[in-house]
Amino acid sequence: MSGARIRQQVAFILMGIVTSLVVIPIVLTIWYVVANGISAVSLDFITQPPRNGMREGGILPAIIGTVILIIGTMLLSLPVGVLSAIYLVEYAGDNLFTRLIKLSVVNLSGIPSIVYGLFGLAVFVVLLRMGTSILAGCMTLAIMSLPVIITSTKEALEAVPASYREISLSLGATKWQTVRHCVLPYAIPGILTGTVLSLSRAAGETAPILFTVAAFYLPRLPRGIFDQVMALPYHLYVISTQIPNMPLALSFATAFVLIVLVFLMNLVSIILRAHYRRKKQW
Amino acid sequence: MVAAVKTTALNCWFGTNQVLKDVNIEIQHNEIFGIIGPANSGKTTFLRAINRLNALVPSYRQTGLIQLAERDIAEIEDTTLRRRVGIIFALPQVLPISIFDNVAYGPRMHGIRNRSTLEQIVERSLRRAHLWEEVKDRLGSPAIKLSGGQQQRLCIARTLAVEPEVILYDEPCSGLDPISTAKVEETMQQLKERYTQILVTNNTKQAARVCDRCAFFLIGQVIEVDQTSVLFTSPKDQRTNDYITGRFG
Repeated sequence: MSGARIRQQVAFILMGIVTSLVVIPIVLTIWYVVANGISAVSLDFITQPPRNGMREGGILPAIIGTVILIIGTMLLSLPVGVLSAIYLVEYAGDNLFTRLIKLSVVNLSGIPSIVYGLFGLAVFVVLLRMGTSILAGCMTLAIMSLPVIITSTKEALEAVPASYREISLSLGATKWQTVRHCVLPYAIPGILTGTVLSLSRAAGETAPILFTVAAFYLPRLPRGIFDQVMALPYHLYVISTQIPNMPLALSFATAFVLIVLVFLMNLVSIILRAHYRRKKQW
Repeated sequence: MVAAVKTTALNCWFGTNQVLKDVNIEIQHNEIFGIIGPANSGKTTFLRAINRLNALVPSYRQTGLIQLAERDIAEIEDTTLRRRVGIIFALPQVLPISIFDNVAYGPRMHGIRNRSTLEQIVERSLRRAHLWEEVKDRLGSPAIKLSGGQQQRLCIARTLAVEPEVILYDEPCSGLDPISTAKVEETMQQLKERYTQILVTNNTKQAARVCDRCAFFLIGQVIEVDQTSVLFTSPKDQRTNDYITGRFG
């Protein structure tokens, strides 16, 4: 074998090892959660409220709470995020001010989630008098999700060839028609990826909801957007650290449900993405 | 006679770089007007000034007058102007949608929703672009699957679909083989009776074949404008002669 061939083999093996280093922990984590929790997952577990100081019963209020939080966050952050990305890419000029905005957006995605939680407490809960409520929680989570949605939408829009825009404009279409019919359709897969990624993160975060919406124990379902809710990540934190003599299987089962929920969200986005890719005909 | 396109003292800059200097050209109705010249002589800038595509570049500036059928184009809205002045780009630029949707894109943007009207427009445009016979059985298939020459004629059909008066060609055959090139040139000849056409080309032989009159551009200036037969046989300027005999460029 020649030197180049050997070097290629070595590189391939190295990359294989590195890839397994990434994959193995994920597989092990999921396996560990499933193996320890699956025995406690039953129909009752996902359809009943907790009982006996949360040591028995199900986690229905927490599941409903997390679903509400995800939907509310999406309703708030998706339109705002996508529209501001469209503005930044297609309409705003390239000057010091817009560059500063773009840089800040990127930096915002690196801020620890507890900072967003405290911001939500100070602004939404206290200053705007929303109280500890679904609205305040969704807004906090939405603000946390925005930078990732904006950044990924921006990248998806920039990846659409400039020639598409030129074709559309040269046929006498307006700027908005061009964006709507010649740019957005090809950016949707990228936008979806970013949105689901950031919503998945929002679904699993404890810190931003800690002071803004999460209830320690609230077995009934919420009555409105100013109600508190239980949420899976916070519930998981509570039963793992705050309740003595907690059956371990219940914690793992809760984690398992949270993972399944995030997985379902990703599945929906994969299906939507495939649908939109088919529309683009290569 | 009223000129289809007329420029008066046209100067264009990108940033501080002046790419066109005092260009005065009159293009008649139903004429195929050729623009030849070496790279960086401002040919494309001239074309894109006519339908204001240059304005998409933030650093672009322009002085002078451009008239479309005796009307200053500065008074015409972007969407109307670009509808009246179509452009064919150097490389075939089709959208990643079906053949039908490519041609119907422009009419749809101008508010035509009726399916049978769209079908009529698509058929008429494809016929005029000499593509109908080749694609009539697969209008729904992806435009990207067509050959390069077919794609370029599809682009012509797409431009025709919005009923322009003037068609600009920016080196339309630079990426095509000789047979496809011949088909595009034939299409241009057929379109003569309805449209005014302006052809920028690097290929002097192509200009000699299809154009009625030609202008020779050099470093942003118009050196000579004349009947093609005159320009290519007895040019008045030595630089024109040098270029068409292949001494530079």
